[in-house]
Amino acid sequence: MTPKPSPTKAPTRRDVTVSLATVTNSSPAVGSARSAEDRVLSSRRSPGTIVRLLLRRPVAVISLLWIALVSIASFAAPLLMPRDPYETNLSKAYQGPSLENLLGTDQLGRDLLSRLMIGGVEPLSGAAVALSIAVVVGATAGILAGYLGGVFDWVSSRWVEISMAMPGLIVLLVVLAVFPGNTMAAMVAYGFLIANPVYRVVRAATFAVTPELHVDAAKSAGLGALRILRRHILPRIMGPLIVQATLVAGVSILLNTGLGFLGFGPKPPATSWGALITEASQLIVIHPWMLVPTGFVIILTVLALHSIGDTVRDITNERWAGMPRRARRRQVPAEAVVVDQQPVAGPEGSALLEVRDLTVAFGDDRVRVVEGVSFAVNAGEIVGLVGESGCGKSVTGRALVRLLAEGGEIVGGSIRFDGKDIASMSEREVNALRGSEISYISQDPMMALDPSFTIGTLVGEAVQRQEGLRGSAQKQRVLELLAAVKLRGPEETMRRYPHQISGGMAQRVIIARALAGRPRLLIADEPTTALDVTVQAEILDLLREFQSRFGMAIIFVTHDWGVVADICERAIVMYAGQIVEAAPILDIFAAPKHPYTEGLEASNPHHATRGVPLPALAGSVPAPRDWPTGCRFAARCPYATPDCKEAPIPLLSPGPERLSRCIHIERVGTREGVTK
Amino acid sequence: MTVREHLLDARDLRVVFKGRRGKPPVAALDGVSITIGDGETLGLVGESGSGKSTLGRAILGLNRVQSGSIAFDGHDLFEWRRRNAREVAAALQVVFQDPYSSLNPTQTVGQILAEPLQAHGMRDRSELARRVYEMLDRVGLASEYVDRYPRQFSGGQRQRIAIARSLMLGPKLIVCDEALSALDLSVQAQVANVLMELQRELGLSYLFIAHDLSIVRLMAHRTVVMRHGQIVEQGPTDELYSAPKHPYTQALLAAEPVPDPVEQRRRRQARAALAQRGPMATA
Repeated sequence: MTPKPSPTKAPTRRDVTVSLATVTNSSPAVGSARSAEDRVLSSRRSPGTIVRLLLRRPVAVISLLWIALVSIASFAAPLLMPRDPYETNLSKAYQGPSLENLLGTDQLGRDLLSRLMIGGVEPLSGAAVALSIAVVVGATAGILAGYLGGVFDWVSSRWVEISMAMPGLIVLLVVLAVFPGNTMAAMVAYGFLIANPVYRVVRAATFAVTPELHVDAAKSAGLGALRILRRHILPRIMGPLIVQATLVAGVSILLNTGLGFLGFGPKPPATSWGALITEASQLIVIHPWMLVPTGFVIILTVLALHSIGDTVRDITNERWAGMPRRARRRQVPAEAVVVDQQPVAGPEGSALLEVRDLTVAFGDDRVRVVEGVSFAVNAGEIVGLVGESGCGKSVTGRALVRLLAEGGEIVGGSIRFDGKDIASMSEREVNALRGSEISYISQDPMMALDPSFTIGTLVGEAVQRQEGLRGSAQKQRVLELLAAVKLRGPEETMRRYPHQISGGMAQRVIIARALAGRPRLLIADEPTTALDVTVQAEILDLLREFQSRFGMAIIFVTHDWGVVADICERAIVMYAGQIVEAAPILDIFAAPKHPYTEGLEASNPHHATRGVPLPALAGSVPAPRDWPTGCRFAARCPYATPDCKEAPIPLLSPGPERLSRCIHIERVGTREGVTK
Repeated sequence: MTVREHLLDARDLRVVFKGRRGKPPVAALDGVSITIGDGETLGLVGESGSGKSTLGRAILGLNRVQSGSIAFDGHDLFEWRRRNAREVAAALQVVFQDPYSSLNPTQTVGQILAEPLQAHGMRDRSELARRVYEMLDRVGLASEYVDRYPRQFSGGQRQRIAIARSLMLGPKLIVCDEALSALDLSVQAQVANVLMELQRELGLSYLFIAHDLSIVRLMAHRTVVMRHGQIVEQGPTDELYSAPKHPYTQALLAAEPVPDPVEQRRRRQARAALAQRGPMATA
């Protein structure tokens, strides 16, 4: 079944160019404030944008203002102080806040506000010094160790381990013993000590980014190491680095305060926040108020630093990583779903599973990713659920056993299995059903096996649960199952751990476990996609064998039309959360009745002649938020007319056992260039 | 430049990976030789662990080669790369499989495309802009995308960006390492068409690495089948696909399901017969 060029016109290069042009709109950008040239090298950020982003986070703005206020008040204290902080006036000792002394006075009648202001110089400048050293030393060494690895990494990491094992406080006390009263020397030493955690965070982040392919691509483009570090690594580790830096700043302020509290601050009458706390704590019984202003300022300053860290990180990353979720949330109008009257069923028979109008939504804003899906599966039948990524096929498959990913919920419809509705069952009832009546296997067999147990234990667990077998009877049944899935040397396999077997063997183990309860329905979600073709063929043979031997029905979720042709009896094609076509397998390949199915089959390279452009569908699957009211495929459809976009399209029946969600069924297959 | 017969002539390449935790070293490439001509696409197929990606990475200089030689465009590639890595980078480019991690998320499309030129010393902003827009147009992306970030694009569009980036320096050979594998069928066809069109217009050569046999049959003039780090069979694509000689190639082709139920049933029976006749070539 090779594509025969139609007598009128074979797909030519012009077609391809046209289809490319329709994917994107290649008109040059006009009306932009920035010239086309400017846009190439710079991002769209203007200073105005940063301000706008900031204003959306009032806590961060307040924090920034607070830090600015504290810094100005401290460093410009000599100019701004309301009174002389050293002027004693015993007649005014122990006073609370008043108009004259806004924050009250201490035991010698000195103005507390003025002392608090001048006392900030010491911790703030100390923290700035420690922070600069920690970031410069820690980040530079960390990024080099993470990127270069090898000897540099080994040496610097061993050094960090040793210096982190040294008692920091004692180191600081030694420094202070050598430089008496010089807290700045202590803060310099502290900067080197706290560079260690910065080093570790940056190194780990760099390790994570370095193996990414864009770094390989940059190397292949001939970029030098410095340029790669600056343009490809540094922007990616800025987030953790910024957060780490603000933590360091906060800790440094606290440390300086602690040193001051222990008496290592400036000589009285000069003061620091730490010294103020000491004085206040000695008088806590007589004049408790004295502790309030200083404590309050210290706590607020450290809190503000942390909140700034998070915000700066968000803003730096938002440019390329997108807005945080909450800012993006938007209400999706609840549209009427067309309830399809005909469930997509095979030949008449008592259906084993009957899904009606299944609707699944995700997230806080309830975005619907599967809408109004109805179909039935008979006992012993193999049905393919086919589509591209984002069409909702996997979500549908998982919804059938109520194994939706975090945030997913069935918001409408019913799933009748053996007369009971799975959608409305309690979790316990569903659990009893899983494994015994319906089994589910997923794409990545390695992820599905717990690496800390042997194969024997993993399968034995299922056998015990489903059949209540223990001891030697259990082992016997496990061996039986492993032999049934044609694993060579079942005895030996039982003793192995998941990492000791290949992907193909792992998928056999998964199938063995899924079969332990002799289920009547198996939902197989891309079970062979991660496997090599030769192994895939063996697994497909295995599934086919179980279907014929035990009459087990299979819902086979896949994107691979070759697999559909191999194993399925009927195919259900999904697009953008809906069923768009359903038909027996021979019919859907011989004469597809939906333009999407037709387009997919035509663009399958298997039918192509070498070097001849494939008749490609333009564009890509729209995201759930962008689904139009009318036909969801219309934007990519060669047959689309204005009426396609007006209203939701119902499923129509163009023939026995066939359904198609298209109002131009009679024209499908007539398009020039797309012929079977 | 010396006289040369092929664009790329790799002889007897050997790449050995250190064994993990006391296991013996593994030869990922065990004496592999290939040639690629000007304007030719060489398909490289094989299952996981066959060494096909290792071969691509060895040519790109991303894996260390223990022994063997590669002549590229008349030069000794290893020596050329040591002497002038940038020159090699201009002539030999790559498109990777994963369109998500192969683009730096912190750079705009314009920055991504301009970077190779900047790294090669181009400073003229208007010339940079002209080349970037030209390339966007060439791979079928709208010019207004120039200041957007990778996250705003679909997989197919990202792969077009990656292709555009690989073309910025006017390469002669592009290593496509599973470049179409992560894409959906309908998008895969679009990007395959872009690659074929570029080849016709620019006379590019491709080393097209893939596990999907049907896409290789569409793209490649000649095909090499690899297994366990060695070449088991090679030849003109049409010949190799219609009359495979090596039992492994036969098994591989027989195992690939085709999108035609009638044909597939016939193939399944043939494969069962093949399996019964002798010990299957698969492990």
